Amino acid sequence: MKEETITLTVNGRDVKDRKIVGKKGQTVLEVCRDNGIYIPTLCHHPQMPPYGGCRLCIVQIDNMRGMPPACTTPAVDGMVVNTHTESVVRVRKTVLELLLAYGDHNCLLCDSNGDCELQNLVYEHQIEHIRFKTDFVPKPKDDSSPMIVRDHNKCVLCGRCVRACLNLQMNGAIDIAERGSNAYIATFNNTSLMDSVCVNCGQCVEVCPVGALTEKKAKGLGRAWEMEKVRTTCPYCGVGCQMWLHVKDGRITRISAVEEAQPNEGRLCVKGRFGYDFIYSEERLKTPLIRENGSFREASWDEALDLVAARFKEIIAKHGPDSVAGVSSSRSINEDSYQMQKLFRAGFGTNNIDNCART
Amino acid sequence: MTNSFAEFSRAKMILAIGTNMTEAHPVAASFVKNATANGAQLIVVDPRRSGLADFATLHVPIRVGSDIAFLNGVMNVLITENLYDREYVETCCTGFEALRAKVLEYPPERSAEICGIEADTIREVARQLAAVKPAMLAYTLGITEHICGMNNVLSCANLQMLLGNVGLECGGVNPLRGQNNVQGACDMGALPNVFPGYQAVADPKARSKFQSAWNCGSLPDKPGIMMPQMLEGLLNGSIKAFYVFGENLANTEPDIHHVEKCLSSAEFLVCQDIFPTETTRFAHVILPAAAWSENDGTFTNSERRVNRVRTVSEPPGISKPNWWIFKQIAARFGQNWSSDSARELWDSEISQLAPSLAGVRYERLEGDGLQWPVPSETHPGTPLMHKDGKFTCGLGQLIPVDWIPPAEVPDEEYPFVLSTGRRLFHYHTRTQTGRALGLNELLGEETADMSPIDGAALGIQNGEMVRVKSRRGEVTVKANLTDRVPPGLIWMAFHFREGCANWLTNPAFDPVTQTAEYKACAVAVEKLPQA
Ligand code: SF4
Ligand code: SF4
Ligand code: SF4
Ligand code: FES
Repeated sequence: MKEETITLTVNGRDVKDRKIVGKKGQTVLEVCRDNGIYIPTLCHHPQMPPYGGCRLCIVQIDNMRGMPPACTTPAVDGMVVNTHTESVVRVRKTVLELLLAYGDHNCLLCDSNGDCELQNLVYEHQIEHIRFKTDFVPKPKDDSSPMIVRDHNKCVLCGRCVRACLNLQMNGAIDIAERGSNAYIATFNNTSLMDSVCVNCGQCVEVCPVGALTEKKAKGLGRAWEMEKVRTTCPYCGVGCQMWLHVKDGRITRISAVEEAQPNEGRLCVKGRFGYDFIYSEERLKTPLIRENGSFREASWDEALDLVAARFKEIIAKHGPDSVAGVSSSRSINEDSYQMQKLFRAGFGTNNIDNCART
Repeated sequence: MTNSFAEFSRAKMILAIGTNMTEAHPVAASFVKNATANGAQLIVVDPRRSGLADFATLHVPIRVGSDIAFLNGVMNVLITENLYDREYVETCCTGFEALRAKVLEYPPERSAEICGIEADTIREVARQLAAVKPAMLAYTLGITEHICGMNNVLSCANLQMLLGNVGLECGGVNPLRGQNNVQGACDMGALPNVFPGYQAVADPKARSKFQSAWNCGSLPDKPGIMMPQMLEGLLNGSIKAFYVFGENLANTEPDIHHVEKCLSSAEFLVCQDIFPTETTRFAHVILPAAAWSENDGTFTNSERRVNRVRTVSEPPGISKPNWWIFKQIAARFGQNWSSDSARELWDSEISQLAPSLAGVRYERLEGDGLQWPVPSETHPGTPLMHKDGKFTCGLGQLIPVDWIPPAEVPDEEYPFVLSTGRRLFHYHTRTQTGRALGLNELLGEETADMSPIDGAALGIQNGEMVRVKSRRGEVTVKANLTDRVPPGLIWMAFHFREGCANWLTNPAFDPVTQTAEYKACAVAVEKLPQA
């Protein structure tokens, strides 16, 4: 199928005859982003259906009334778009000021400080004080889940969490309740997250642009700007989800999905997202152990390996190579299984090697 | 899998059989759910009303272990009503006549009697499947963990070939692998009959190839034994030394009492692991290994995708990468192995020796990895196998199979069927998930899931303690009354040592694959005096 291209004029007022090319079926926002033209957004998320709720992406389009949101407006051939007129910027600023007034956006007390789209937008629009006085009444936090903390007071009602839960993971655990300035994100019957049908997949936390949804286990382990991101593959089921490890000083502080990567397309489940910290358990085996008089004592590598080799040699000499057998791990890396079967075949001289393929 | 996960969400028709995807493969399940939201039909065949069944257009609760009778019945309808893909079968497959003769022995009425569903439901399934093309078939251990597991798989393949769905995008036969690297462990030749890349040990050409690559003496030509036979061997004395790497056999294998007897009979047992487990208790030597994020390496997922695993920290104490440990032992057997990192092992050994992986190099794995077969360094990988019905081994083989009942069926003394599987919040024996903060809070103990109807008949209230007993052992667990489980069935998992289903399960195995029948055995349930 050949894609039909369309041509738009964007910000032609500043740049003479600025023509940009997009594909038929794209929104104004998508065409602009593909061409490196910045439009601020808050409720938009590339993996989820457009929502048009926050009105930060508003633009002016010739022959269209008002200020349509770029994220929901289909791009049409010949459109003349302006993304940063004075009036557009003024409305955006007011939207942000209202958001700040209806909430408790104290970045000092927030885990998302430095990794927050609202903070970035406020900075970008050079807002210096909160202009409006409101009757905002703070709500208690919900920290019933062992994994997720919900702070309604930092919520900007962008609806991303609702769409992530409903459209990506299809769990439908949360929705927007009530209307207008009373609106908030609620579970069915307004229970705590723990008592809801939530499966703790954390997809909502992943897409939340602010600190309204945060990870409990990541608390105090480091700030956003201190993290190094390392890509890896989930150690649990056979889907093999791609994930970013957020690492500070060699310790995993949290995990997020690699957006748009195959096979998981930015999704993770509860085990993949939250099941990483066994690595740091104090119960890890740290040294070779040899059984002696019914209990185990610590040993050096040389002593343990010499003993293993000697006993295997002795048994093979006495009973033949097929008197030894081994099971490889279907959890460990390929290279480990390769090496183990090589040891059994080339070293011990037996094909008695298997793995837990059947459980 | 013949196909890829990405195709799930685009599929128009999905037949999910014996797969508890929402718990065992949650992200894969999310794509299946997405497909249904886009209007796809989803037929879920499962004795339980699993989470996926909530999204199904049709849920078919067949009896545990009746899969072949069901599938033969469906194929009977496809053939008698002339709904199958005649052209595909004629040009791409062999063995149609034999299959036809076999499935004609399974008219819907007979299948229905075995499966415990209506004959018309079987007809309906056949007609729906034939009406939408392509259809994807996905299965998991509900198909394989039976004494007839191998035949169950053949039956799934028969159905998909009959429908002309193998080799099409959004079609195919798609087993979801239970563990992250089962696929890889098999690809690497951690199997008794094949070298890496599925090259038979019985083939002299393969042996001489590996012998010269490994620079070793002659390699054994007799296929080895599989794990259940190894355990038996420990007991009967034919196996003296046993090396267990990263598996907790004392909890994962059926009939724990028996398995522990086998393990304690070993003359010499080596365990290589990251934690002490129920299995390491029996070891003579325990070797401490590096864990997941302490290793560079690769995993291969269910869709044959080789992907990178990367290091973020050093292993604790003096523990070492597994490949390093094996190398040191080889040195004590007079072998000087040169590769000194996972990358080197892959680039200069594995990819040189396994033709299907020949084109995979670490430098090509920076993004989303590669799906084998990747025969050359310029090959882009193979998301879809048997494209357009061209099977890697010539024509697709239709192989007739007969239904047999599970090895142990309910009787007066043990009137319930016990079936087992995994739950969302834990993984296997919790060696890892049990030590990840918070997961035990989400699920802290095992339960016996049973129908409220059976609960009422036995006077058992939800949450009360019950004793579940089989011929092999007994456990005391909480009853979880749920209408997701049909009457006559008890469902349990194997995540907790206390109440582990494997105290009860039956060590009866598929004669070919040696897979245990975790999905069916007979148990009795009784109410305990409540504290
Ligand atoms: S954790 Fe997952 S299931 Fe729970 S509310 Fe968030 S997205 Fe929904
Ligand atoms: S909790 Fe976060 S994602 Fe959800 S509506 Fe509020 S700000 Fe948006
Ligand atoms: S994140 Fe969940 S679905 Fe993905 S590989 Fe890990 S365990 Fe499987
Ligand atoms: S980003 Fe367009 S309305 Fe929110």
